[in-house]
Amino acid sequence: MSFDLDTVGLMDYDQAIETFDPVMGLEVHVELGTATKMFCACPTDFGGEPNTHVCPVCLALPGAMPAVNRLAVEYAIKIGLALNCEIAEWCRFARKNYFYPDMPKNFQTSQYDEPIAFNGYLDVDVDGEIVRIEIERAHMEEDTGKSLHVGGATGRIHGAEYSLLDYNRAGVPLVEIVTKPIIGTKAAAPAVARAYVGALRDLLLSLGVSDVRMDQGSLRCDVNLSLTPAGNPVFGTRTETKNVNSLRSVERAARYEVTRQAAILAAGGTIKQETRHFEEQSGTTRAGRSKETAEDYRYFPEPDLVPIAPAREWVEELRATLPELPWIRRARLQADWGFTDPEMRDLLAAGGIDLVAETVAAGATPAEAKSWWSAYLGQKANAAGQSLTELPITPVQVAEVVALVNSGALNAKLARQVIDGVLAGEGDPAAVVAARGLAVVSDDSALQQAVDDALAAAPDVADRIRSGKVQAVGAVVGAVMKATRGQADAARVRELVFTTLGVDPEA
Amino acid sequence: MSPSPPEDPAATGAPALTRADVAHLAYLTRLKLTDEELDTYVGQLSVILDSVAQVSQLATPDVVPTTHAVPLTNVYREDVVVPGLEHDAALAGAPAEQDGRFRVPQILGEGE
Repeated sequence: MSFDLDTVGLMDYDQAIETFDPVMGLEVHVELGTATKMFCACPTDFGGEPNTHVCPVCLALPGAMPAVNRLAVEYAIKIGLALNCEIAEWCRFARKNYFYPDMPKNFQTSQYDEPIAFNGYLDVDVDGEIVRIEIERAHMEEDTGKSLHVGGATGRIHGAEYSLLDYNRAGVPLVEIVTKPIIGTKAAAPAVARAYVGALRDLLLSLGVSDVRMDQGSLRCDVNLSLTPAGNPVFGTRTETKNVNSLRSVERAARYEVTRQAAILAAGGTIKQETRHFEEQSGTTRAGRSKETAEDYRYFPEPDLVPIAPAREWVEELRATLPELPWIRRARLQADWGFTDPEMRDLLAAGGIDLVAETVAAGATPAEAKSWWSAYLGQKANAAGQSLTELPITPVQVAEVVALVNSGALNAKLARQVIDGVLAGEGDPAAVVAARGLAVVSDDSALQQAVDDALAAAPDVADRIRSGKVQAVGAVVGAVMKATRGQADAARVRELVFTTLGVDPEA
Repeated sequence: MSPSPPEDPAATGAPALTRADVAHLAYLTRLKLTDEELDTYVGQLSVILDSVAQVSQLATPDVVPTTHAVPLTNVYREDVVVPGLEHDAALAGAPAEQDGRFRVPQILGEGE
């Protein structure tokens, strides 16, 4: 008897959680940011022409021998340490044998029962509550090539007439991070999954071991989920959902599987152990190829590679280089800067935390730094479709503009023009000021002439100011600013207008 | 947990390999075997396993299995790019190619 969505549908989420407890296991693959592949010296750059980053090793030509990338091992150890893992004193690579053309060797070089890192944890903030996620292991392996299925209606394997293979990605270093079963999170399970992957992404970014771009596949999450009747300690049959390419998708995929599996179980059906694929558009999962059991991969130690035995001194050296945890650093910076939670959240979302920190280090106040990065430069980045870090301006340059404003050499409007000049590649702020002639006009005789002209051109306004309507001064200041192309100090112009007319604005 | 090795026939007296085992292996290695071939390979592979089992009888518990003849560890390459194959050379050995990619027959054509 077959149970699928056509016959049983989905169970309401709240009802599903009343009846069942979700058990999750999360597998995250992270592509390491090394220059070369795991076992050969081909570049790892994303997006090259197909089969241009390949060599005899990653194409598995006869006689080619692998050689381990030392930096990839270093990154794997750093990841393990940051996840509070033990680091293996001795471990090996293993061959994971399978027939699938995404690896031309007919096996993937991975680690099996001897991972480089194991038994760790990550404390994750889930809506203000700390949840400890236990880490089973983090092991080294290599990425596979990319398949393009031709002839099927939707580019899927099913119905395809043939497939086209690009091996540029084959052999790119990966670390796979596997959690222990996450139990007892009940209704929060999808939120926990999302928070864990988000925290992991932050952590990996702060370690500098990966660019963690989920949209480019450099961070990928598989969501294993099963249901067990509420209060029953026996695990149910799990499904493994792949192709989960954003934090939001992690949460949606987990939630969807809860409602799908609950409906099947409640109807008396059984869950099939299988790989499923997440569909971004609909937020649903669909069955993929049925899961081969573990033995079918016929793992055995890789005879072409010698064991990895990281010296304890090296491990301790790496431990000493671990940065402050990103969320702890953010809390410290927020306290230093006096920003509100929403301000900090917006700045984080815009990727501006480091930029503000560096601008402050270069002499600006936190408020000044934030003002530039989140307001004017934020608009510039949006308009250019870039992130803040991609803008061609440095925190030091922003701090220089701030200093010029504070010294009175620039007003706000001119400062924006200087920033525009830096963004346009005209050089440092000082060079832009000189080249564009943007310094504030502070020569009183030049300003006085402009004020006299403006008053002569608007005698009615001058009369109104004389008669006590001091707010009318704005029109004169505006005319002077226009005449000086914005290079006058507006406050000084205002003073000059009153002095010229013999009016005391405070009277 | 490591994959369990075939049971030691010398210890159990049971046949090392069944016909179903060989059929499964044939599936994993994508070999299409006739019934006669299956029977042949059950016999031949059993001989190999029996021979290995004889070696196992000699191995003492205090001898650690080795995967290398030389006790080397930590052989590393530095993370420096070396140009690989030219694109044409990379595809030169391909039985079929299209759009700069290796072209392979349909995957999972076994009714999955």
